[in-house]
Amino acid sequence: MLYDIRLRMGYDFGKAAASGRQQLRIVPRSVPGRQRVIANVLELQPRPHERVDSMDFFGNSVVETAYRAVKGGLSLHLQARIERDFTPPTLDLSPKLEGFDALVRRQRSLGPRSPHHFTGPSPRLPPDPAIREYARRKTQGSMTVLEAATALNQALYDDMRFDPDATHVDTPATEAFANRHGVCQDFTHIMITALRALGVPAGYVSGFLRTHPPEGQARLEGADAMHAWVMAWCGEEAGWVELDPTNGIAVASDHVVVAVGRDYGDVAPVSGVLKLSGKQVITQAVDVIAVSGSE
Amino acid sequence: MNLLRGYIPERGVADELLDAAGHIRPVWQSFMEYLAAMSPEELQKRTARGDHYLRDAGVYYRQYNAGISSELEWPLSHVPILINEADWASISAGLMQRADLLEAVCRDLYGPNLLVEEGYLPASLIAESREWLRPLVGVTPRGGHFLNFVAFEIGRGPDGAWWVLGDRTQAPSGVGFALQNRVATARIFADHYAQAHVHRLAGFFRCFRDALNGMRNQQTNRVSILTPGPLNETYFEHAYIARYLGFGLLEGEDLTFEDGELMVRTVAGPLPIDVLWRRLDSNFADPLELDPQSKLGTPGLVAAVRRGSVTLVNALGSGILEIRALQAFLPRISERLLDQPLMLPNIATWWCGQEAEASHVLAHAGRMLIGEALSTSLPFDPDPHAPPRPDHDALKRALQANGAGYVGQEVVTLSTTPALVDGVLRPRPMSLRVFLARTPTGWEVMPGGYARIGRTDDSTALSMRRGGSAADVWIVSAKPVRQDTMLATPGEPFLRALPGMLPSRAADNLFWLGRYVERAEGHLRLLRALHLRLSEDPDGGHPTIALLRDLLEARGLDSDVPVPEGFLGTLDAAVHSASKIRDRFSVDGWTALNDLSKTARRFAKTLSEGDDTARATGVLLRKVSGFTGLVHENMYRFVGWRFMSIGRALERSQFMLANLIAMGAPDAPDGALDLAVEIADSAMTHRRRYAVSTNRETVLDLLALDALNPRAILYSVNEMQQHVSFLPGSDPVSQKSPLERAVLRMHADLAVLTAETLDKAALVSLQQQAYALSDMISAAYFK
Repeated sequence: MLYDIRLRMGYDFGKAAASGRQQLRIVPRSVPGRQRVIANVLELQPRPHERVDSMDFFGNSVVETAYRAVKGGLSLHLQARIERDFTPPTLDLSPKLEGFDALVRRQRSLGPRSPHHFTGPSPRLPPDPAIREYARRKTQGSMTVLEAATALNQALYDDMRFDPDATHVDTPATEAFANRHGVCQDFTHIMITALRALGVPAGYVSGFLRTHPPEGQARLEGADAMHAWVMAWCGEEAGWVELDPTNGIAVASDHVVVAVGRDYGDVAPVSGVLKLSGKQVITQAVDVIAVSGSE
Repeated sequence: MNLLRGYIPERGVADELLDAAGHIRPVWQSFMEYLAAMSPEELQKRTARGDHYLRDAGVYYRQYNAGISSELEWPLSHVPILINEADWASISAGLMQRADLLEAVCRDLYGPNLLVEEGYLPASLIAESREWLRPLVGVTPRGGHFLNFVAFEIGRGPDGAWWVLGDRTQAPSGVGFALQNRVATARIFADHYAQAHVHRLAGFFRCFRDALNGMRNQQTNRVSILTPGPLNETYFEHAYIARYLGFGLLEGEDLTFEDGELMVRTVAGPLPIDVLWRRLDSNFADPLELDPQSKLGTPGLVAAVRRGSVTLVNALGSGILEIRALQAFLPRISERLLDQPLMLPNIATWWCGQEAEASHVLAHAGRMLIGEALSTSLPFDPDPHAPPRPDHDALKRALQANGAGYVGQEVVTLSTTPALVDGVLRPRPMSLRVFLARTPTGWEVMPGGYARIGRTDDSTALSMRRGGSAADVWIVSAKPVRQDTMLATPGEPFLRALPGMLPSRAADNLFWLGRYVERAEGHLRLLRALHLRLSEDPDGGHPTIALLRDLLEARGLDSDVPVPEGFLGTLDAAVHSASKIRDRFSVDGWTALNDLSKTARRFAKTLSEGDDTARATGVLLRKVSGFTGLVHENMYRFVGWRFMSIGRALERSQFMLANLIAMGAPDAPDGALDLAVEIADSAMTHRRRYAVSTNRETVLDLLALDALNPRAILYSVNEMQQHVSFLPGSDPVSQKSPLERAVLRMHADLAVLTAETLDKAALVSLQQQAYALSDMISAAYFK
C-alpha cells in the first residue's frame, strides 16, 4: 500500500515573540519489513535559524530547530510518500505468558529494538496497582503472550470511552484509567502499563491512520490527527506486534508509523522550550491518502 | 598519655591509630607526642581557632530537613587521619586501576555494549536505570574520555585491607571541602604541620586546573563550573573551587547553544565556552533531550556534546557507573576488560535478579545492607527509598516479586580513628573519599582526601546529615615533601587574566543587590526620623509624623510596627541576590550582609516604638555602612561592580526624588524641609553652606543640584553616567548607546535647572526618567 501523507500544524502566538529550541518527531520513519519511506519533505514557515535533521536512539526521525524571536506564528508542512505493507501473521508464534519474564531477561541486547527498554517503568508510566489488577483479570485464561495482549486490547476497547475532551497531553494513565475515558494517548498508555505489569515489554507508537477506509469499512477513530497505538514484544519469533486499543484492532497496513518509544515523552511530535509570552493556538490537519492502484 | 585514656578500639575492628597489639602505629608517633605535650587548654584554644577560620571563610553546607533548607556550620573533626606513604601508594594504584576500569565500562555502555552482549552485565539493569542516557548512546566525548574527575569512597575492614564502598562519577563533591579541612587543620597544628612531612594538596589542584585549561579550543575561552545553583547542598564548594582555580561559575540558564557553538550569555553579548566542569546531575542538564521537568539545564547542551563543541567533566551519562548493582559485576568485568583482577576489592555485592544471589542474600540477611539495585547513593548515606529493615518473610516476598530491584551488600565494619570528644580522644568509624583527576600523563591522585567521621561508634552515622563530621587526611612521608603551591614555578612570568566574562544573570543580581541594600538604607532613614519624632512626641501630633507615615506606607511599610515586614523583606531580597553571586564577592561582605539581616530580625521581635527603635535603626544603619564600605573599598573594579554601583545610585536618586516631591511641596507641613535635610544626613553641610535656616531653594540646591553632595540627585546621576560609559556597548568613538543617551538626557535636564526652576513637574519628570532607566538596563544587559 502506497500512501501520500500531508500534515499541517500551525502555531499562532499573536503579537508575542517566540524563541528557543524544539525537536519535532512528525516525519515518518522506516520500519524494517513493514514500512518504507519513499519521500519526506518537512517545511517550516518561517524558516528556523537553525535546523538539524537526525535520528534518535530508537531510530525515529528528529528535526531539531531553533528560532530567535519569531513573531506571529509558525507553521509546519509535511509531505511524505510511504509504502506500508504488513499483514499480521495468522499463526500465534508467541511463547507462553507464564515464565515469559525469564525469557525476556535472557535477551542480551541494548539495541534500539531490544525489549529491555520497554520492560520497566518509564518516565511517564510508573507501575500502577489498579491497572495491574485489571490486566491480570482480563488475561485470565490467556495462554500465550499474544493472546494476553489481544485480550487486553479488546478489553480496553470495550471498557473505555473515547472522549476527545476528557484528558490532555499530561493526564497520567492512572487518572484516565480510573475514569475509563480518554483519547488514543490514554488508551495506549494504559495498555502499555498493563502489559508491563504482566512482564510483557510494551512501547508507544505514534503515527497516522489512513483517512478514508477501504470500501465497506468504518472510518477509524483518530484519523483526523496524529494517532497512537501499542507495540508489544511477543518473543523472539513473533517479535514486535502492534495493537490499536482505541479501535480494538491489530495493526496492519492502515497505520503508518511516525515514531516509537517507551511512552509519549519519547515520541512527542513537538517538544522543547518554545519561549512564549502569549497564548499559542495549535491547528492540526492530516490527510493520509492511499495512492490509487496501489491497493 | 591523658588524651588516650579510655581510647579502646572495639574488638574485631581495625584502628588507624593503634595496631592489634595496642601500640601506636609509627606514622602517628610524632603527631601523638606533639599532641600529648599540649595542655588541654592549648588544644582547646587551637581547635577553636580552626573553627573560627572556617566560620570566617564562610564554609557551610546546606541541609534539607522536612522541606526546610538551612545552612549549617562546617563540622570539622579536628584530628586528622594519618596514613603512611607506602600504604597510600598501594591505595592509589588500586584506585587508578579502578578509574581506568570505569572509563572502559562507560565507553562500552555508550558504545558497542559488549558487556551486555557477552553476559557480563544484565541488560535490564542498564536499560532501567535513569542514569543511562539514550540520547548519548553512540556519542564519543570530545577529547575521548568519559571520566576526567572521579572520587571513591573507601574504608578499611577488620583485617586492615581497604575496600571500595562506592564510586562517584557523576559529579563528585567534596574536593573543596577537603581543601578547607586542610587549611583549618594545618592552622590548628601549624607548628607540627610545617615539619611533619605531610604531602601538600596544591600540586593536585594545579595539575587538574592545567588539564582543564588544556582542553580548551582557544586560550580566551574560560573554563567554568556548571552548578545547579545556591540551593544545592554543596554550592559553597562550587563557588569556592571556582574562585580558587580561577574558573567561572555558571548556571544552566547562563548558557545557550547557537549555530553549533555553546555560548555564555554575558553583559557583553554571547561569548564562546567549551570546557565545563559539571556539578549538575546529567538528567537536569538539558530539558530538551533529558529530563523535561528540569529548570536548571540548558536546552541544546546534549546537541552541543553530540557536535563536539564542548567537553563536559564528566561526560553526560557517567552517573550510570554509580548504580549499586554494578559493583556485583565489576570483579568479573575487570578480568574481561583489563585482563587483571581488581587490586582493591569493592564491597561484596549480590544482585538479587539472579536466583542464587537472591537466596544468598536472603540466607545472610542479617549481615547485609539491602537496598535498591539502581540507587546511586553510597552505602552509608541515608537512602529515602531503602525499604525499612523488613522481617524475613517480607524480605522474601519482596525478593520474589522483584528481585531485580534489589541488591544485598555485605556490611563492612569500618576502621576507627581518633576524634576529639570532650577533650579526649575516642575511636570513631571513618571512611575516606579519595579524588582522582585525569591529566595528560594519566590519573593524578590527590594526596589526602576527605574523611567522614561517625558521631557515635555506629558506622551508619557517618553521614553529616546524621550528625557525622569531616576530617583532614594526611599522607605522611618519611622524608621532607615538596612545598607545592598553585603557581607552576615561582618567578615564572605570569599573564594577567583578562577581566572575566560577566554572565547576565550575575550582573542582574549585582544590580539588584545594589538597589536592595540602598533601598533598605532608605527605609531605615525614614524609620529613624519617624521614631525620633515619636520619642519626643509620643502622641504623634507633630505634622511631619503623618508625612513620614505616608512615605513609609507608600513603600509598603507598616508604620505602626517598629521593624516593618516590608523592610525585612527588602533585606531578604538583598541576601537572596547576594547568595547567587557568592563567587564574586568577599566572605566579609557576605558575613556583614547576613549579620545585618539577622540583627534586623532579632530587633523586630523586641523593639518598642520611639527612642528604642530610633536607636536600633542607628545600629542597623551603621551595619549597612559596614557592608557597603566593605564592598566598595574592597571589590575589584570589574564590570560587575559597576552594575552594583549603578543599582545603588539609581535607587538613591529615586529615594531622593520621592522625598523631595513630598517634602518640598508647597503644602508640606512645617519642618518638612528640615526633615528632608535630616534624612539625607546633610544638616551640618546645610548649616555651613547656607548660613540660613532651611528654605525650599537651599534644600533643593543641596539635595538635588549639588554635584559634591553624595546624597544629591545630580551626584547620583553623575555616578551613573560614569559607570554606564564603562559598560559593554559603550565606547568613546562610536555612537552612544540608548542607555548612555538616556542617562545623558537625565543629567542635562537636571543640570540646566536651578533651585527656583526645579518645581514639582520637573521632579516628577526626573522620577519617570529614573524608572525608565531601570527597564533599559534590564533590557540591554540582563536578558
